[in-house]
Amino acid sequence: MNEVKVIEIKKSVFEDNNRDADALRRELKERGVYLLNLMSSPGSGKTTTLIRTINLLKDKIRIAVMEADIDSDVDAIKIKEATGIQSIQLHTGGMCHLDAEMTRQGLDNLALEGVDLAILENVGNLVCPAEFDTGAARNAMILSVPEGHDKPLKYPLMFSVCDLVIVNKIDVLPYFDFDMEKCVEYVHMRNPRASIIPICAKTGEGVEKVAEWLLKEVENWKK
Amino acid sequence: MHELGIVFYIIRDVKKAAQENGVQHVSAVVMNIGEVSTIIPDYLTDCWRWAADKESLLAGSELKINMIPAVTHCDACGKDYSTVEHGKTCPYCGSGQTWLLRGNEVEIKEIEVPN
Ligand SMILES: Nc1nc2c(ncn2[C@@H]2O[C@H](COP(=O)(O)OP(=O)(O)OP(=O)(O)O)[C@@H](O)[C@H]2O)c(=O)[nH]1
Ligand SMILES: [Mg+2]
Ligand SMILES: [Zn+2]
Ligand SMILES: [Zn+2]
Repeated sequence: MNEVKVIEIKKSVFEDNNRDADALRRELKERGVYLLNLMSSPGSGKTTTLIRTINLLKDKIRIAVMEADIDSDVDAIKIKEATGIQSIQLHTGGMCHLDAEMTRQGLDNLALEGVDLAILENVGNLVCPAEFDTGAARNAMILSVPEGHDKPLKYPLMFSVCDLVIVNKIDVLPYFDFDMEKCVEYVHMRNPRASIIPICAKTGEGVEKVAEWLLKEVENWKK
Repeated sequence: MHELGIVFYIIRDVKKAAQENGVQHVSAVVMNIGEVSTIIPDYLTDCWRWAADKESLLAGSELKINMIPAVTHCDACGKDYSTVEHGKTCPYCGSGQTWLLRGNEVEIKEIEVPN
């Protein structure tokens, strides 16, 4: 007789999350809330870009932000102080990414009534946030110039799940050998539909394009 | 660390399966891990040791890893090739119209329970 009994499972660890994410997306669609999942490496400029973008949009639509900080509420406070909009910290419990369940818990802590656009600043990391669907309507990512134009080759999954790639810190282009044409080519290899918007979050250059993109997205979502 | 997060999902799924099958203790969990899944097997088993020992269902259990070689298919010439060796460009015809056939798995294959 065998010493062990084998029970077949054959189940991807992403399966439950994918189902939760689809359910959340459907609910948000019904409620007319557009959720954007914003990803990037640490320090590429997510918070700075959000502040600029929100200040351009906050008189037109109602916005709320969730900041996934592993251990601090610095970004959530920064957003609130710089824009005046509703902003909370999402506890990741030490996780290197957010999943649909954590996102749902975050949304439960927001006053979502009347909110048109909810933005999730994901954990700074180009690997696993791409693997975990949060239930967002769309994924966006920020690639900053010092990181290099070949990131789409090194992190293919991240770039294949994003419909918007914001290239930030274009003010430092003269100091790096960042090739914008190559960057566009590599991003489109991963996702031919992706919009690419170069900006300087520090000065606000190009940020109006990000605001326009978002406004159109939110309008379409509500149709 | 990514692997620790993955371990929590494995534990959640194994707990569910154990409950459904009336299992009191699990002696091993067998994973199918794709070569290009970004999971580092050694990290995964280290994280497993740390987290599984905190659960009575899984204390002392082994995480066995079954690596799945990554294979890419070329739409242009119809051939399959090793992803790790050749990447996105087909070594037979040079086409870039290729896609990953397998090698991305992070899958619980089976659990072993004492008879
Ligand atoms: N030169 C330059 N610096 C920028 C720009 N945008 C942001 N920074 C700087 O980059 C640093 C990081 O910006 P954050 O907005 O905090 O980046 P983040 O992605 O939110 O960072 P984490 O939340 O820590 O991952 C700060 O010192 C910003 O002032 C830019 O367009 N140009
Ligand atoms: Mg930030
Ligand atoms: Zn992770
Ligand atoms: Zn070929």
